[in-house]
Amino acid sequence: MSKKIISVNFDKPSANKLSVYEELGGYRSIGKLFRMNPSEVIEEVKKSGLRGRGGAGFSAGMKWSFVPKEMNRPKYLCVNADEGEPGTFKDRKILVLDPHRLIEGIIICCWAVGIHAAYVYVRGEYDTPIRKLQEAIDEAYAKGYLGKHIFGSGFDLNVYVHRGAGAYICGEETGLIESLEGKKGQPRPKPPYPAVIGLFGCPTVVNNVETLSALPFIINEGWEAYAALGTEKSKGTMLFSVSGMVERPGVYEEVFGVNLWEFIERVTGGVKGGRRLKAVIPGGSSSPILTADEARAVSIDYESIAAAGSMVGSGAIIVLSEDDCIVKALRVISRFYAHESCGQCPPCREGTFWLVRLAERLENGEGRPGDLDLILDLCSNMMGTTVCVLSDAMALPARSYVQKFREEFERHIVDKRCPFSPAPNGVRAG
Amino acid sequence: MEQQRSFAFDENNERLFQDTLKRYPTKMAALLPTLWLAMGQNGHLTNEILEYVAGRLALSPVHVYAVAEFYTMFHTEPVGRYHLQLCRNLSCTLCGSEDLLAHLASHHRVFPGEITRDGVFSLELVECLGSCGTAPVMRVNDVYCESLTIEKLDRIIEGCRAGVDPEEEPMEIH
Repeated sequence: MSKKIISVNFDKPSANKLSVYEELGGYRSIGKLFRMNPSEVIEEVKKSGLRGRGGAGFSAGMKWSFVPKEMNRPKYLCVNADEGEPGTFKDRKILVLDPHRLIEGIIICCWAVGIHAAYVYVRGEYDTPIRKLQEAIDEAYAKGYLGKHIFGSGFDLNVYVHRGAGAYICGEETGLIESLEGKKGQPRPKPPYPAVIGLFGCPTVVNNVETLSALPFIINEGWEAYAALGTEKSKGTMLFSVSGMVERPGVYEEVFGVNLWEFIERVTGGVKGGRRLKAVIPGGSSSPILTADEARAVSIDYESIAAAGSMVGSGAIIVLSEDDCIVKALRVISRFYAHESCGQCPPCREGTFWLVRLAERLENGEGRPGDLDLILDLCSNMMGTTVCVLSDAMALPARSYVQKFREEFERHIVDKRCPFSPAPNGVRAG
Repeated sequence: MEQQRSFAFDENNERLFQDTLKRYPTKMAALLPTLWLAMGQNGHLTNEILEYVAGRLALSPVHVYAVAEFYTMFHTEPVGRYHLQLCRNLSCTLCGSEDLLAHLASHHRVFPGEITRDGVFSLELVECLGSCGTAPVMRVNDVYCESLTIEKLDRIIEGCRAGVDPEEEPMEIH
């Protein structure tokens, strides 16, 4: 069952232009919005069941309701467009193809929570998305949809684009806040949560681009229409970024609750070149891997994927074929986490470093008999021991790779080489 | 010895800098945007520029230096006229980015962490660029070059050598 809520304009030419977006029904929710009390809007979003699409999957309405109602301090919205979870490329599509939907969502959130300034933190590499978003914001200002007395309502709202500079950790909400304040993006201990003490010490909502982009539909059609889609705990639709060894990779929107592998086969045409399926990473590189059998048995929704031992995460599905080496996959992702560790917590800083060393030597055929248990031991020391979840985001998948593909790891040790490719030669990646 | 000219924002950047300050309640929050402006003007961030930025924002130079070093996109060393950023993350690796890396070295003598002797290219291996559906991907300065093959890579490199910037392809709807 396919329904387009967020990607409905992706195939409409020039939908990034305000006039076209309006012809397609854009900004229709705003008239209704300003006739609702802010608390009614929060209730509406709570009842819709919308969950954060950045990775954690927390109820969006609940998150908003934690912001104190007091008016003596400013409140802020940080839009998380620091899309960096490996395998994720959906927010880039929204920013380029349909940026006004995000702006409309920002207005809805800010009215509900009483916010007058929103910062969209976009990852530094996204030059085109930043340009498209800024053009859309400029158009919205020119038409009185942003700025003072927006839509003649008496409500003021400014939206600013803030460009990141290359750091995965700034996608963590308190890392993002630190970065926006002009510091290194090192996550803060929680509590206090940003809802109470966030940006510039003020109450702050941090929402993902896709989460906000679902709001116009919820306001227009009502929470019932949104909650009618999906499963008991996974409402609505999600954008899935499908990549890796599939015929037609891309971003595909789907209602929660469909079978994972059937969905991948239907939208992408299955494994590239008719190869056999080996494994599926269902929710970005931080999610534990699923074997081919598991991927065929599970449906995509928060509860089913959790029951299968993994997570929906950011909806980034990466497909591995029978020709892809799982040890290499571990080497690649551990190198990523080691590179992106902010360095403030030793279990993460040291743990990710040692995982790279272990994965490299295993792949190079220099692994030792105790290495697999060493990896598992290392992983257990990396979980729940740090300020943020980057360490867990490395340990969980690493553990799952070893546990689910132990034979393949052992073959590297016994054969003293990678069975999938000749030993790496020439340039080695730093 | 040639006298060092001290760094200052040019007129346009000075105006952009003043606009930037208005967007934040603290001067410190303007640090990343200000570093972007400075790097845009000079190509990379020298100690002198970092001190200049610190002065403009009333921050300690060590804070500005630490921030510049933390973020991979801020270059504190010079880069080539075309700075190549090849993704080495999982989807790109599955789709052949290691072959592209080897080809850059063997056929074009472009190596990670180095600038070519003619100053045309520098190569940096980067993590996920958020374009996994069109893997493998490389950023050439600020342009995304997607769905790369060896042949396409050769065309881009030869184009750059001739001074022709690569063009970004329109985004696919999926």
